[in-house]
Amino acid sequence: MASGAAQPNADGTADGDGEIAARRAAMRLLVEADRDELAALVAEIGALPEHEEAKPSETGLVMVRGRIGGDGSAFNLGEATVSRAAVRLASGEIGFGYVLGRAREKARLVALCDALFQYAPYRGALEEKVLAPLRARLEAEQRKNAEHTAATRVDFFTLVRGED
Amino acid sequence: MYVAVKGGERAIENAHRLLAHERRGARDTPELTTEQISEQLALAVDRVMTEGSLYDRELAALAIKQARGDLIEAIFLLRAFRATLPRFGATLPLDTGAMQVRRRISATFKDLPGGQVLGPTFDYTHRLLEGAAGDPEPPATGDPAPVAMPRVTDLLQAEGLIEPAPADDPQAPVGDLTREPLAFPAERDVRLQNLARGDEGFLLALGYSTQRGYGRNHPFAGEIRLGEVEVEVFAEEAGFALPLGRLTVTECQMITQFKGSASAPPCFTRGYGLSFGHSERKAMSMALVDRALRARELDDEVKAPAQDEEFVLSHSDNVQATGFVEHLKLPHYVDFQAELGLVRRMRATAEVETAREGDTAAQEAAE
Repeated sequence: MASGAAQPNADGTADGDGEIAARRAAMRLLVEADRDELAALVAEIGALPEHEEAKPSETGLVMVRGRIGGDGSAFNLGEATVSRAAVRLASGEIGFGYVLGRAREKARLVALCDALFQYAPYRGALEEKVLAPLRARLEAEQRKNAEHTAATRVDFFTLVRGED
Repeated sequence: MYVAVKGGERAIENAHRLLAHERRGARDTPELTTEQISEQLALAVDRVMTEGSLYDRELAALAIKQARGDLIEAIFLLRAFRATLPRFGATLPLDTGAMQVRRRISATFKDLPGGQVLGPTFDYTHRLLEGAAGDPEPPATGDPAPVAMPRVTDLLQAEGLIEPAPADDPQAPVGDLTREPLAFPAERDVRLQNLARGDEGFLLALGYSTQRGYGRNHPFAGEIRLGEVEVEVFAEEAGFALPLGRLTVTECQMITQFKGSASAPPCFTRGYGLSFGHSERKAMSMALVDRALRARELDDEVKAPAQDEEFVLSHSDNVQATGFVEHLKLPHYVDFQAELGLVRRMRATAEVETAREGDTAAQEAAE
């Protein structure tokens, strides 16, 4: 990984690759799970194809960047702990997991799920047993948070409407 | 001059044992958990992450516990821990425009698109101490339909009334204080990194000084937003950017007084603040000081401390500051012996001279 390397758009779809966009969408859900939750969901899939760690999982840092003014050139805000892993299926697919925090086992599970996502015989089971329940939980949580936030929206017109 | 001294190992060991005992407090009081600190002293955790320059809630909570609530000591612990880990790389720059907003206010436009959303704030509380009141009520709920929240600066920029942010050049290197020591003049990326990890109290005082006239630029809080932003890292082995999760950040856009020239009509200028977690005072102070430090670039007359980048950037880091101030506690026996000898010699010389002058005066009087 090098920060100076050619990078895709923020949405990762610069190459127009729908497959990459789909993997990124799945990862966006997977990284929100906690380790035990993810382990329990993966266990629901049942027997897994043979796989191994392509690289031992490890914990390190990434430098988090912001933009000057929110939309200008980059600056270094501060670091974050990150764990990463790569899992290879016997059939050759390699999955990657990068997650915030000191969470090597979670990174390994995310990498495993990314590999399964690329392996057609398992994509359906992954979607049904792991991604769908995660999506439902996260959407419910986000909806609840949005409701709480919305209740604190200031409606200046209320004062004026009080006259009628 | 430094001289190695032995002895005191037993005393040090016992002092640390006593520290652990005192840290635990009365044994009939339940021990704090790091989860309690993370959940219930969340803003202390946010400050330690911001100034420790390491986003990790669990570690920051642990550091606060170990430091007995001394936040600068906790920040020191976090900085020391970060030095033990390898760096994998840098993230793509955060897109705060795509934030899942939990709070967003503007002091410049009442009816801005997306509205004013107060979120969880101390603002408008009465600052009266309240006794324990049991579990609080569940939060009120409103219509959660997503609302677009364009940046206030974008609204002004559409009319050309505010300067644009410095243009992004993805190929340009980004200054990094953890790799290159601070050098002057410092560019804005390095200045912002320094301010982001700088002491909140120091930046607050400097920001306040600009409001009181020491480098005045008449600021408005154009926008403050708090919420979660996605963070991604480009992984070469994968060949695309991988989502890592979401970070909570606070952003402040300060709108300040005009710049114009013979060729360009006047427009507002900007100061920018960004911090980990919910750290509003920090983000606002950072934005004020960022703007003050742009004096050179904006042709402001540099005459106040907050505009002096060498002064500000060299003294903002509370780990460095505490290291140098607190090292005065360490043994300086030999240095002090040297000074003691010196002052004795000076006094002896002065006495001899006084005596001689006294003799001379007496002699002159006699003559």
